[in-house]
Amino acid sequence: MSAPSSTVTAPAALRPVSWKTPGAGAVATALLIVLAVTVPGESTIFQVSRPTDLFAIPDVTVPALLGLLVLTVAAAAATVVSVRYALARRRSPMWIGVVMGVAFVLGFLVWAGAGRTTVMPLTTMLAGGLALSVPLIFGAMSGVVCEHVGVVNIAIEGQLLAGAFLGAMIASVTGVPSLGLIAAPIAGLLVGVLLALFAVEYHVDQIIIGVVLNVLVIGLTNFFYSTVMTQNAEVLNARQRLPDLPIPLLGQIPIIGPVLFRQTLLVYLMFVIVVVLQIWLFRSRWGLRLRSVGEHPRAADTVGIDVGRTRWLNTLLGSALAGLGGAYFTIGSGLAFGKEMSAGNGYIALAAMILGGWNPKGAVAAALLFGFSRNIANTLSTIGSPVPSEFLLMIPYAVTILAVAGFVGRVRPPAAENQPYVK
Amino acid sequence: MSEQPSETRRDAFWRDLLGGSAMVSVLAVVVALLAGAVLIAIADEGTRTAAGYFFARPGDTFVAIGRAVGGAYGAMFRGAIIDPQATSAARAIRPITETLVFSVPLILAGLGMTLSFRAGMFNIGGQGQLILGAMFAAWAGFSLDLPVGLHLLVCVGAAIIGGGLWGFLPGILKARTGANEVIVTIMLNNVAGLLIAFALTTQAFRVPGSPYPKSPPVADDALFPKLLGPGFRLDASFLLAIVMTVAVWWLVERSTFGFELRTVGTNPAAARTAGISVAKVTVLTLTLSGVLLGLAGSSQVNGTQPVLTEGVAASYGFDAITVALLGRSRPWGTFVAGLLFGAFKAGGFLMQSASGTPIDIVLVVQSVIVLLIAAPPLVRWIFRLPTPGAGRRRPRRARRTLEEAGA
Repeated sequence: MSAPSSTVTAPAALRPVSWKTPGAGAVATALLIVLAVTVPGESTIFQVSRPTDLFAIPDVTVPALLGLLVLTVAAAAATVVSVRYALARRRSPMWIGVVMGVAFVLGFLVWAGAGRTTVMPLTTMLAGGLALSVPLIFGAMSGVVCEHVGVVNIAIEGQLLAGAFLGAMIASVTGVPSLGLIAAPIAGLLVGVLLALFAVEYHVDQIIIGVVLNVLVIGLTNFFYSTVMTQNAEVLNARQRLPDLPIPLLGQIPIIGPVLFRQTLLVYLMFVIVVVLQIWLFRSRWGLRLRSVGEHPRAADTVGIDVGRTRWLNTLLGSALAGLGGAYFTIGSGLAFGKEMSAGNGYIALAAMILGGWNPKGAVAAALLFGFSRNIANTLSTIGSPVPSEFLLMIPYAVTILAVAGFVGRVRPPAAENQPYVK
Repeated sequence: MSEQPSETRRDAFWRDLLGGSAMVSVLAVVVALLAGAVLIAIADEGTRTAAGYFFARPGDTFVAIGRAVGGAYGAMFRGAIIDPQATSAARAIRPITETLVFSVPLILAGLGMTLSFRAGMFNIGGQGQLILGAMFAAWAGFSLDLPVGLHLLVCVGAAIIGGGLWGFLPGILKARTGANEVIVTIMLNNVAGLLIAFALTTQAFRVPGSPYPKSPPVADDALFPKLLGPGFRLDASFLLAIVMTVAVWWLVERSTFGFELRTVGTNPAAARTAGISVAKVTVLTLTLSGVLLGLAGSSQVNGTQPVLTEGVAASYGFDAITVALLGRSRPWGTFVAGLLFGAFKAGGFLMQSASGTPIDIVLVVQSVIVLLIAAPPLVRWIFRLPTPGAGRRRPRRARRTLEEAGA
């Protein structure tokens, strides 16, 4: 997980030798060796294709020990290359980290499934991982927009929850799930109005506002859930599900098809939003203004940018994005609204954004890491896992702690974050 | 979430938080209760029925609102302070003791938050520190066999170690690497939640043969002694809360370390220049903050709820933040705020069973209180109060006040 270099430091004569990537690679290699030594069975069966695919690929049986050795060699090779980069005082390219990560995850799956008669459902795991990542990605995009404009958005959790609530309610009342996709961002936006009011107008510490807004939204949604909604559940809280919109042909490609192209409108929207944000944030006038307000509001003000207005509008935009992501919990997954169903996802989205270095691309990668590791943990706990699922679930949090402590990659927040601008 | 360049903002924030008048606090509570009343009225079926024919008989709507709101808040009062409908004197005063019971973890946890706020740090990890403290104390409580008195002391010591450890981690990471304590503590909350879930699946923490994720009961000799006899749940952990309030007051306001802590909280750069070790203050403050949260965990497993379950922390870790904010980060303010929120909690349970108003309304009231207290200008604007010290620091606010005066 090497953070993209957004920091432009003064041209130093010699960049310090950074041992982070080689260190991570060495750890991955060592763990793979441990897995290879302790492998409990001879082979692992991976299920690759589904019956609806264009052409079927038979289940793949991987010889466990050989597979692990190959993966160990791959991780070791990547480590050696990264050592050469480190000695040359250069940053290792992204693909080295990817090779290390993929080798380790695949190796772990081979190890966990070795000697079992049950198949490892690879496609289902990927699809489930993406599904769990959807609210995280929306939340992380919300964080990227808000923080780049200088407003810390701890209230992502509350915005997700509000979006889930209103999305479910409107979809249920109208009977049209797609209308929930309009209601959910509005709910997030309403939370954003409070965030902007207190953060931008009244200069209250944004972390405090975020924490308190989360409590407020939990209180409000719990209250209305246990009163109005349950009094009339079949009208106000009936289950609605966004229809799957498979893209012809693309949706039938094995592995990629079911994961990427047999999704709901919400997921397609997510793809579009991520790409648009990545380009606009760094390549458009809107993005430049947004970032200048988040980096140096006084300078932005001097060249005629209305700092307060920019912060208001983009905080609202970010909050609406998080609200839209909240729709995943209810209409996105075909569930009725339940108390506190965002379950800490907003905080994980925040972590994904930081791990991704305040960059849409990186945040998506981190959110996917969190979503996949959680899905792997869930899958393994149902098919039986040699490692307690709780420890697998801890990995993303531990990685985030290591990241903010600077072990994984240097990340720098926007400079004027959590600083009210007073003219 | 940056540290260094935010001095003026932190300054202004803490000044507003600490220097605001008590008036704002009282008005914030009033506004929050009114907001709660609106929600109760909306959720009440009788009110909505009456509002359906509002223009025919408007009086009915107001009667229904009065009945719903009065019923809910009346029940809350009877559940939190004194119950005039009770059959005996002991029953009548039982609610106020219940308020004290609920306030103990809030006060202890709130004191932990107060400590970190005064050093200019945000400890969002109360939940995790409380869980670790409770886990350690509960384990010492049900697996060790020690004489009366010593057993309780060992449990409390274990809670201190558990909570302190979970506060030390973000402290040392912040001091050594500059890792933002907000993120680290949020992550540690999740880790602690998973850790307790895992622990309750192991033999060491589970009743042998039981399928439920629940520990054996903590031994009787490891419980805080009951203060008012067996009819009441109030125990000596309330005395611990008072002692810790005095201790934190002394530590922050009177001790050398407290001076360093407040200096770091006001201006880390000045503190460093004056020769104060910011790293030491950071580590010690967050560790002590975790210790207080651990004690809050002990007050649960060695008191009101003498078994360890996954829900041991309830939402005390997050409630503590609102308690400390309402208490304006002063130890005695936190004590009073803890009592108030304890009363809300105790009253909320009776309100839920007596009038059917969900206890979640308490969360709404609490968060509205804190929002308003954090933004005194908003409260002053609502009530058209004068702005003290306007124009000295914040020209914008002064201009707004002038506009108000003109309007």
